[in-house]
Amino acid sequence: MGAGIELTSISPRFWRARQTLLALLAVPFLFLLVGFGIGEALGGQRLGIVQAVLGAVLVVLAWLVERGRYLSWGYAEREDDLVVSRGLLFHRLTVVPYGRMQLIDVTAGPLARAFGIATVQLHTAAAATDARIPGLERHDAERLRDRLAAIGEARATGL
Amino acid sequence: MSAAPSPSVLPVDGQWRRLSPLSPVVRGGAALLGVLVVLPNLVANGVDPRRAGDRIVAGIVAAALLCLSVVGAVVSWLVTRWRIAGGNLQIETGLVRRQSFRVPLTRIQAVDVVAPLTARLVGVAEVRIVSAGRGQDRARLAYVRSDEAHAIRSQLLALAHGLTAETPEPPAYPLLQVPGGRLAGSLALRSATLIPLLAVVGLLWATTASPGGAARALEFSFGSLVAALALHVVAVAQAFNADFDFRISEAPDGFRLDRGMLQTRHETIPFGRIQAVRLVEPLLWRPLGWCRLDVDVARQRVSRRADQGAHIVSRTLLPVAPREQVLWLLARVTPHAQPSPPPGSRVPRRAWVKAPLSRHLLAAWHDERYLYARTGRLTAATVVLPLAKLQSLRLSSGPLQRAFGLATLRGVSAGQRWAALAHCRDAQEAGAWLWTLIDRARAARRAPSPWRDLQAGVATASVESGDRPQPHREEGLHDDGRQPVRDPRLH
Repeated sequence: MGAGIELTSISPRFWRARQTLLALLAVPFLFLLVGFGIGEALGGQRLGIVQAVLGAVLVVLAWLVERGRYLSWGYAEREDDLVVSRGLLFHRLTVVPYGRMQLIDVTAGPLARAFGIATVQLHTAAAATDARIPGLERHDAERLRDRLAAIGEARATGL
Repeated sequence: MSAAPSPSVLPVDGQWRRLSPLSPVVRGGAALLGVLVVLPNLVANGVDPRRAGDRIVAGIVAAALLCLSVVGAVVSWLVTRWRIAGGNLQIETGLVRRQSFRVPLTRIQAVDVVAPLTARLVGVAEVRIVSAGRGQDRARLAYVRSDEAHAIRSQLLALAHGLTAETPEPPAYPLLQVPGGRLAGSLALRSATLIPLLAVVGLLWATTASPGGAARALEFSFGSLVAALALHVVAVAQAFNADFDFRISEAPDGFRLDRGMLQTRHETIPFGRIQAVRLVEPLLWRPLGWCRLDVDVARQRVSRRADQGAHIVSRTLLPVAPREQVLWLLARVTPHAQPSPPPGSRVPRRAWVKAPLSRHLLAAWHDERYLYARTGRLTAATVVLPLAKLQSLRLSSGPLQRAFGLATLRGVSAGQRWAALAHCRDAQEAGAWLWTLIDRARAARRAPSPWRDLQAGVATASVESGDRPQPHREEGLHDDGRQPVRDPRLH
């Protein structure tokens, strides 16, 4: 669907932040499911093995899906518009002309700040426009924001 | 247009003015009426007729409530004032929390006059000012005298265009009307009306066919069916009341809509605010060749307190009309638009997998200026989105769509109601369209749109005629090459 557009991928730090989050959520889950499963298996219950394997497979699946979602993010600053691509299962490719930008948000939550990344979000007059680029390195995010703001000012068109 | 503005309704001098003294009556009209109806009965019987003491207490409580509401409404009226000064319309209101609200006259986009039934009974109307930016639901003068309302309207419009306040409202060319009979027919053919009616008929038929078993079923369901039918009758009556005597005309600054039976509205939809147009053909209208025309307007927010529906901004450009009339009006809103699907605009057969109920209607096509998308299951709705108004484009595909080589393209405008949704296109085609449309939208944004021409026409005309006592503002309409309207189909 890219049609010859070179998409810039987002920072690997985003992946590290995601993995951290995943680990925070998955480790207790692993402990519960796999730990208890192994414990039960050692105690002589066959079903415990199934439980442990199932838990491990789920965690690996979650990790793979997150990995795919991370890789699916991409953006391109073209001459007249910004292209944002996202989504693994439900893929979306959004094109926003610079002239339509009304507001540019740079946000960073506590976890994102710890990893030195930020999210750049573009707003247009239409609420349905969904152009968000997460996981940009801080200075990249600020550079993109300033660049977009400068272009947007030059090309702004009325409603 | 009403009578020429008299000096008494000329607030340009910056004098503070009050709203009509009748506004508390209209605002609290329904509540007041309710209390007045209940009060005598309450005093006579009490809550519990067996205990006499109750009567007095009930009477006192009701009277106190009545007094409070009357005092509240009067105070609200007393502390509200407005004036036109320093290029602003200023409205001040509130006793405890004082609010001062100002609208720069140059940012006024439209001025509507709305008169709910209670207001019409006492001869007042609400002036609602639509301006660019937020907080528009507060910019209203509720209520002023009816003739004054129209005078204020024409003055504000003249001032907004940089003319002197005495300039009369520009003439509007009548375009179309909707006869009452056709309106009634169109409402009767709404599927929401027909379904409970058919259910009642079916039930009656079942009863006559097998009186034994069906009679019991009838007993149980008849009441609720009748209630549902009654509700629909009320809804239809409301719609009929709202759209009765619908007239649309074209003025240099936008479309004028006049409608209503008990409650009347006089509204303007400025050309520049129209973001997208939609042609709607309900299933049951199609044999008669009727359609409806809706518009999507930028940043349109419906007020939270829709008291008596007076604040809902019009979104229907034409409630019901034969197809050729609707197409004729559509051509005035979106010149050179082609709203019928050309060959090759339908979706591929395999789209059936994703959209089994709407595949027969799905279609999308585009040209230099517009993106068209038809969707719907029973009701066909064709959205016409001017590419110059496009805010963003999105190409999306889910797992099922990808497996069948399908993708959905969505064009978004600044309107809030509908996007142009090209659902389940061939993935390759949709991908190619994305880049074509983005290029065409860029070209369309740079090319002057017919709407902007029209607005520029008004602006030049007003500059030219700045000091003349009676300028012909309609010059703007002729200057940009658009002919004055002559429609042979006018009723």
